[in-house]
Amino acid sequence: MTGTWTADEIMAVEAARRLRDGMVCFVGIGLPSLAANLARRTHAPGCVLVYESGTIGAKPRRLPLSIGDGELAETADAVVSVPEMFAYWLQAGRIDVGFLGAAQIDRHGNLNSTVIGSYDSPAVRLPGGGGAPEIATGVRDVFVMLRQTPRAFVPSLDFTTSLGERVRVVVTDLGVLEPRDGELTLIATHPGVTADESREATGWDLRVAGDLRETEPPSGAELAALRSLREAA
Amino acid sequence: MRDLVHDGDTVALEGFTHLIPHAAGHELIRQGRRDLTLVRMTPDLVYDQLIGMGAARKLVFSWGGNPGVGSLHRLRDAVEHAYPAPLELEEHSHAGMAVAYAAGASDLPFGVLRGYRDGDLPARTRVAPIECPFTGEVLAAVPAHRPDVGIVHAQQADRHGNVQLWGITGVQKEAVLASARSIVTVEEIVDELEPRPGAIVLPAWVVDAVCLAPGGAHPSYAHGYYDRDNGFYRAWDEISRDRDRFATWMRRHVVETADVVEYRASLAEAVPA
Repeated sequence: MTGTWTADEIMAVEAARRLRDGMVCFVGIGLPSLAANLARRTHAPGCVLVYESGTIGAKPRRLPLSIGDGELAETADAVVSVPEMFAYWLQAGRIDVGFLGAAQIDRHGNLNSTVIGSYDSPAVRLPGGGGAPEIATGVRDVFVMLRQTPRAFVPSLDFTTSLGERVRVVVTDLGVLEPRDGELTLIATHPGVTADESREATGWDLRVAGDLRETEPPSGAELAALRSLREAA
Repeated sequence: MRDLVHDGDTVALEGFTHLIPHAAGHELIRQGRRDLTLVRMTPDLVYDQLIGMGAARKLVFSWGGNPGVGSLHRLRDAVEHAYPAPLELEEHSHAGMAVAYAAGASDLPFGVLRGYRDGDLPARTRVAPIECPFTGEVLAAVPAHRPDVGIVHAQQADRHGNVQLWGITGVQKEAVLASARSIVTVEEIVDELEPRPGAIVLPAWVVDAVCLAPGGAHPSYAHGYYDRDNGFYRAWDEISRDRDRFATWMRRHVVETADVVEYRASLAEAVPA
């Protein structure tokens, strides 16, 4: 936590800034939902929120705790079945941006949300892939939101749940990474964070862009919109 | 339920984040069912309870967490420590599960999707590459789900046994039609079903049994009847974390209650967790 905002807040703000009006976003619960709803409340009111429970064009007045929250169904343009969601909407290429999180990420943006340790006798059994494998290959751009630690940013995944080929950005609590020449590269650090701190929080030898910049601090308007969303939850 | 669900059966209790058939899950626990193969996209608390009570031999699923909260501790204990019994896993993605149900409902041997490409999941599940005979594109084939019993919760049935559910309807229609036998628990039985926008209607002749279970989705919700009990989902994290506390809770609220009415009453009496 730096300055007058929390890690969650700057992550949500940085992700939200990358969404454009009219973009169709496949949203999971937690930070992605916060980011996408923030975009709708600020610069991208026409951003279309799709939750995998089947709600298309949801306009929640408060942040949902679950992807199946009744608030999403009540405010959606359409509610479709789960088979329809994955076949007609995701697989057919109607989604611009998909948000993913994970327990582990490697330098190519591949993600693990399945197990820590071996599959047959795991140290930690994680929830599993859910929608992630087909989101990762079915949307145009994948945005990853993940706290940056050496345990999460690893040289080699314990299990590859989803592929990194469409990962366009990784927003962390320390900065922003984007793929350059096939490898995630630090392109921005959040205010008060150094490139060395970001490298120390990464389990591989993190590349740093020559044109490394500092993230623009969250504006008062962004923080106010974010906090009012959270208070309404 | 005693007539339709037997030890060793493959059972699918569906309801994607809404209308989760908890009352039916509790009844399976009261009847002491064993060796079940449990099929469900999101095991949720309902399967955490069945697994923790030793009712399951195998789990077929795609996302096994406590939504918005974290882990399913009884599921993790079974996988990580074989407690109270070893649990075989057949793990899919959501898209794969949805296609497998739709194939089952269509009486096809498998479903097809553009998915399961690379990564480590294909080697760990029942899926095979298949070439499109028209374009040559390589797709994924997933064997159909054909459960012995499909169980869902709905808002209403009429006196003839026709069922209507609305709101987020998930994969319930496919789960019922893919299964050899089916059971529907409902919030209420009405004289006549009133059409609702976006509703699914299951005609009486595809449903083997309708059971009245008001509040039977709790802690999930029934659109138009009651909200999701988010506090319960958070409290479950603590209740389920400890083996003894879980067992005590299940005895008090499920095993020693006769039905969903007594279950709800027992929760109202209990000190909030």
